[in-house]
Amino acid sequence: MIKRNSPPENRAGATFSDRPRNPTRPAPKKAPTNRIRQSPPPKTKGGAEISRVKFSTRFTAWRRHHRAMAIDSLVRLLRTPFASLMTWAVIAIALSLPVALYVFLSNAQLVSSHWDGSAQISLYLKASVSDADGRALSQRLEMQDRIAETHYLSKDQALAEFKEFSGFGDALNYLDDNPLPAVIIVRPASGTLHDQESLVQSLDALPEVDEAQLDLAWVKRLYHIMELSQRMVTALGLLLSLAVLLVVGNTIRLAIENRRQEIVVIKLIGATNAFVRRPFLYTGIWYGLGGGLLAWVLINGSLIWLDTPVRALASAYASDFRLVGLGMRDSILLLLSSTLFGWLGAWLAVGRHLGRVEPR
Amino acid sequence: MIQFANVFKRYENGHEALQDVNLHLREGEMAFLTGHSGAGKSTLLKLIMRMEVATRGQVVVNKMHLNRLARRHIPYLRRNIGVVFQDHQLLFDRSVYDNVALPLVIEGMAPADIGKRVRAALDKVGLLSKEKLTPIMLSGGEQQRVGIARAVVNKPPILLADEPTGNLDPKLSAEIMQLFRQFNAVGVTVLIATHDLELIKSMKQRTLVLSQGRIKFDGVAA
Repeated sequence: MIKRNSPPENRAGATFSDRPRNPTRPAPKKAPTNRIRQSPPPKTKGGAEISRVKFSTRFTAWRRHHRAMAIDSLVRLLRTPFASLMTWAVIAIALSLPVALYVFLSNAQLVSSHWDGSAQISLYLKASVSDADGRALSQRLEMQDRIAETHYLSKDQALAEFKEFSGFGDALNYLDDNPLPAVIIVRPASGTLHDQESLVQSLDALPEVDEAQLDLAWVKRLYHIMELSQRMVTALGLLLSLAVLLVVGNTIRLAIENRRQEIVVIKLIGATNAFVRRPFLYTGIWYGLGGGLLAWVLINGSLIWLDTPVRALASAYASDFRLVGLGMRDSILLLLSSTLFGWLGAWLAVGRHLGRVEPR
Repeated sequence: MIQFANVFKRYENGHEALQDVNLHLREGEMAFLTGHSGAGKSTLLKLIMRMEVATRGQVVVNKMHLNRLARRHIPYLRRNIGVVFQDHQLLFDRSVYDNVALPLVIEGMAPADIGKRVRAALDKVGLLSKEKLTPIMLSGGEQQRVGIARAVVNKPPILLADEPTGNLDPKLSAEIMQLFRQFNAVGVTVLIATHDLELIKSMKQRTLVLSQGRIKFDGVAA
């Protein structure tokens, strides 16, 4: 009962008569890629060469589609400028908070390192050391590499200074003799907290020295506060990066919903999952990159805004300190990580929601 | 080309859509699939496109065993099947040209080659002059023809149509059927689901009649 058609080549008026046939199409399991193309591979060529040629044409197509989707998704974002700007702003604010704190912290570290350099060590000399010996010791110490500068205060000078700054003034005149020791003020060359501690220990061991004193407590406190702040910035950074993921993920989810019909249609006519995914991943990348750029602008804008008052404050302290902004390395890092977060957020949303959009 | 062997399809809600269906459509054959609404026509087409999987039995399309086909290979199956939908399934945010080009873009064809193929397909359905319009500007019959052009633009060996003449007048229906006949003439295996019995009679082709999930008749309708 089956009615057979006459062979194709006998029929006239066929526009598609050039359609190649492939009677020897390989089994799908062994070579699934062969099914992509309608035309059979030339039989005269070796298998390896054919697959290489095919790979290069597929690679060209793959690159072409990447480029097309990158442009297409950007155009789509720019076609709804207000909505896109809102998303970019949310990402930018989420990113600029930890980055601004990071900038603040590195400036604070810069300031505190200046303080480290000017930390002073007081060497209280034994009462038995004569004035000449004290001066000689002071000059000897200044030769050392670890020490930037020394300043000798004789007993009389120490008393005069004490009178001036303590406010006891005349009361000290009633003393029979000068109870104060001679002092050598040592300014260390610089170096870490650890270096300075070892310097103090070696100075303390000198025979002429009664006691070497460095007020380390506040330096230590400062270091601990710095470390704590650094961890807080890291934690905040992680938390707000998560926020960026969620923002991008949710935005992409809406984009998938909006294009549900299109996804169904292209899946029905043979689009792979990678093909369907690609425009959404690029959308995520653009969201991330745009948010990162906006965050960069926000941070540098605030730094410019803060620059004048900071300089005024610094000059009040007779310092030429200036705010240090985001360097080249930090800027690139910011843009790269924001792009990565955008892509990752899109990837998560696509993985979660695209599977549900199946033709029914 | 399309082979069903003892195919059963039961949906999750317990509905038995297909029961013990056997059919074999050879390469280059043309057939109609008919039956009342709910007789299983759509389910049969969905099984061929691997939108659904048979509960029991074997479905083989273009030498691929669909029950064993990995998910990632489904797209490559579908590239071998051109589908014409009753509701056209065109994308209204792009031009007729871009709609027809879609299967070629998905296959990764170079833009220069795409142009030639798209225009050949549009010329075939008589819409070459409307390539720059969007589908919304076209009549129902024209939209259907855009859908046909898209289904055949990548020259698939199999062409499926689900109620392609659903809401067209008899003259337009006859034109569309003529198109399907021409594609069949160049070797495309064509399966058309329709309940337009008049049309089937006039075509004098192999006809499969489904009733309550079973094939009740297979042959040329008298």
